[in-house]
Formats: sequence, C-alpha cells, structure tokens
Amino acid sequence: MTFAYYPGCSLEASSEAYDISARAVCERLGIELQEIPDWNCCGATEASALGYLSGHALVARNLALVDKSLKDVVAPCASCFLNLKKTDKLMKEDRKIGGKLAEALEAGGLAYEPGSLRIRHLLEVVHRDIGHDRIQQAVVRPLTGLRIAPYYGCQVVRPVGDSGDADDPEQPQAMDELFSWLGATVVDYPVKAHCCGGHMTQISTEMSNELLRRLLYTADEHQADIIVCACPMCQLNLDAYQGKVNNAFNTAFDVPILFFSQLLGLALGIEADALGFGKEIIDSKDVLAAKLDQEETAETPSAPRRTRRVSRSLPMPKKD
Amino acid sequence: MSDISALSTEPSFLDEVIDATSGGDRLRSCLQCGTCGGSCPNGSDMDHTPRALFALIAAGEREEVLSADAPWFCVSCYACTVRCPRKIPITDLMYTLKRIAAREHFAKKQDAVALAENFNRFILRYGRSFEFGIASRFYLTRKLGSIFSLGPLGIRMMRHGRLSLTPSKIENLAQLHAILDKARELGGES
Repeated sequence: MTFAYYPGCSLEASSEAYDISARAVCERLGIELQEIPDWNCCGATEASALGYLSGHALVARNLALVDKSLKDVVAPCASCFLNLKKTDKLMKEDRKIGGKLAEALEAGGLAYEPGSLRIRHLLEVVHRDIGHDRIQQAVVRPLTGLRIAPYYGCQVVRPVGDSGDADDPEQPQAMDELFSWLGATVVDYPVKAHCCGGHMTQISTEMSNELLRRLLYTADEHQADIIVCACPMCQLNLDAYQGKVNNAFNTAFDVPILFFSQLLGLALGIEADALGFGKEIIDSKDVLAAKLDQEETAETPSAPRRTRRVSRSLPMPKKD
Repeated sequence: MSDISALSTEPSFLDEVIDATSGGDRLRSCLQCGTCGGSCPNGSDMDHTPRALFALIAAGEREEVLSADAPWFCVSCYACTVRCPRKIPITDLMYTLKRIAAREHFAKKQDAVALAENFNRFILRYGRSFEFGIASRFYLTRKLGSIFSLGPLGIRMMRHGRLSLTPSKIENLAQLHAILDKARELGGES
C-alpha cells in the first residue's frame, strides 16, 4: 500500500508531532508514504482570499508533482486535504477553469489529469483502508481507561459536495470508531465538528476565545481526559490558546490536546518519544500515566472521577 | 420559479459575483431562510450575515457588501455550505467577495486582509508558509499594540520545539512562479 504523502507546512514547523506520529503509525500499519517531491504550500485559507486562479494553481502544482504511478495522495492536515480535493474537483467539473489551470501548469512544464488521484485524509485511510480487524490485531497496548473527546473540526469532514463514501459532515464517526477499537472510552462530544476559529486567533481573540471555550467546556462537561484532533490548526488553537481562554473567562481548563496519530501510535506499542509527545504545550504525560496504569491494575473500570470540574455556572468574560 | 434576482434593481453586481464563482449560479435560488447565518460560528459578530449579504447583492448594494466585515470573518468552516437547502456554495461566494473587496481596496481596515497578504508574500518568497515570519510581520505591521502579549506564547512554543526560526524553501521556486504568473495572467488578477 503506497500513498503519495503531502505533509504541508504546519507539519514541518508548529505541528511536527503530527508528522512524526503519522509517519511512525503508517510504517507500523504497513502504509508506505512517498513524500511529494518539492511540494509547496496549499495556500491554506489565505491564498484564495486574494487570487482565484492563482490560489488553485498553487494547489495544482502539488497534484501535478505526484508520481504518476500512484493512485492516492494522503494529507494529515485538514486544510491541505480540503484544498487538494477542491482544486481537483474544480479542474474536473469546470472545464473553463480546468483548462486555464492546465495551461498555468504547462507554463511550469507540468501536467495533471483531473480526477486521476484520490485525495485522502490520514484519518480516513487508517479507519477505512486499514480498518477494524487489522487495527485490533495491531493493538499491543489498549487505551483502556482513557476518556477521549474526538474532535474533528471543520475541514476534515465537510464534503466538497460529492463522494458518497465521505463521513457525515456534522456527526462524523471515523475517530469515534477508531478509538473504540483501541479500547478507549469515547465520550459523546456534540461539538465534535464545530469550528475552533481557524485563523481568528490571529485576528480577534475575543471571537476565537468564545469558540475555543465551547469546545473546552463541552469536553470538561463530558469528563474527557484528552481532546484528540485530526487537524494542526485545531490542535494548535486548543493547546496554545487554552491559557488565554482561561484568562478571559476565569476558567481553569487543563485538557491536553493530542493528534489522533499520537495516541494511535501509543496503542500500537510505539514509544512516546517516537510519536512527538512532549511537543504539546499542555502536558499529557501525567494524565496518560495515571489513566492508563490505573486501568491495568483495576479489573472493572470504575466511573471516572471528575478532577478538573470548573464551575456549574456559565463562564462569562471577565470585566476589567 | 421565484428567483432572488427578482429583488434586483441593478442585476450587474449579482451577475458579477456569480460569474466569479464556480457553481455560483445557485445563488439565484437563495430562499433567504437564514440557515447560513444561524450555522455560522462567527455569525453573531458579523455586520451582515451571509443571508443578508445575499439580499444586498441582489439589491445591487455593491459598496455596502464590499465594505462588510462578514466575508473576512468567514473562516472557511463550510457549516453553511453543507446545510444550505439550495446547495449554494456560500463559502466560495465569501471568497469571491473577499477577492473583489481586496482588489478594490474596500477592506483596508480588515486585519484578515493583512494576514492573507502577509501569508501570500511568504509563499511567493519560499514556496512554503513560514509561521514565525508571518506572525512577526503581521503583528509588527498591524497589531503592534498587542505584540507583547505574544511573548509568553512564543516562548512556550519555542520551549516545546514548535517555533521554527528558519524558513523552509522549495527547490524549484522558478517553476512555482512561472505557474502562478501564468494563472494570474489568465485570471486577470493584478
């Protein structure tokens, strides 16, 4: 099983833990990743805000650079995934735009046949292609006793309009199922596909704080030990800005935020050091040690105790 | 069939927006139901919700629409797009409004424009995003007042090995530029 791999810019810098753990997990599961040679940025949500064709041309170069013998390209980043998918679909369905993009690629000596690649998100590949049986066989250290909130965010699950095999855009299940296979307790997380604010953390913290608060509050309400992400932006916002949310609302959230591939790797018996643990700003080691070891000694899991309960009342912004 | 353009006194702006958006023609079938604004995570902070923007577009209120902060508060979560009963590509229409507004300098005061310009500047230079460079420049040029609040966060990021101070650069930058130049020429982008 060989996939073209599109790590994207975040995975080279602020979300290296996602890249490290994605590669480690794929290796363990027999998925060979072939990094797209000399890939460039997908433009995130910024390039298309200023240029239509140029925004799509940026993405198209990556599609064109994929080794023509490969059928699938996998992206762990939600934004990269959606952008690749959108440009491929646009080239295929809008002849006029598709023709212009082909002409732009040609100016760089490249070509891409629209629809020739299947654009996949890493979560979908693990959940669907590897699947229940092979995952369960590969688990050496079940995540029993750990309560996780599966957080999908937006761009992993919002369909670009078509493919019948996509997860539900508002109540996705892939991560819920994956973590139940791994032995974890998956909490009901009604905000699982709500927005984290994306780049609003840079533009208006007042707006992004409230969106992040809802996600943290709901995880706390459902007594989740950890929030698990499938997107670098979601992870960064929830992790790095949790302190700002606490300052703004006078709360005391202290929930570690991890990439799904990091916990999957642990369950597959990969060492924490080889999965990028320690790069999260809110430390996860204590929670993991406490929860996972506790369950190894206890035969019947007792109801998890609420340790970080904040307040019954609705958190309100602090008045200066 | 009823059609949102029946509201229109100056159909040209509606046509302009539709022409600039693949699949944008569906905008004509807008029911004004408001599901978009109600689904939007930032809807309550927008001056006009998407629904209201679409009515204004149909009414030919070009300046009002292009001066709106709503498209810049759209973070591409696509909640509206997946819920729209008429399958209008709302997020894509927001991108179209951003592009026209930025091109015609309606959005100078929006931080989101500065962020996008900054982001794109670094992509052109390196072929890849450079988080540290983008954030530094953005705060220096647009948010000098709050630059110090970034300090502790930056230090935490660095301590956890999440802040790279050197950009990653692609090898064939000339090829990328050739592709983007051609795309800009074909798309009539300035």
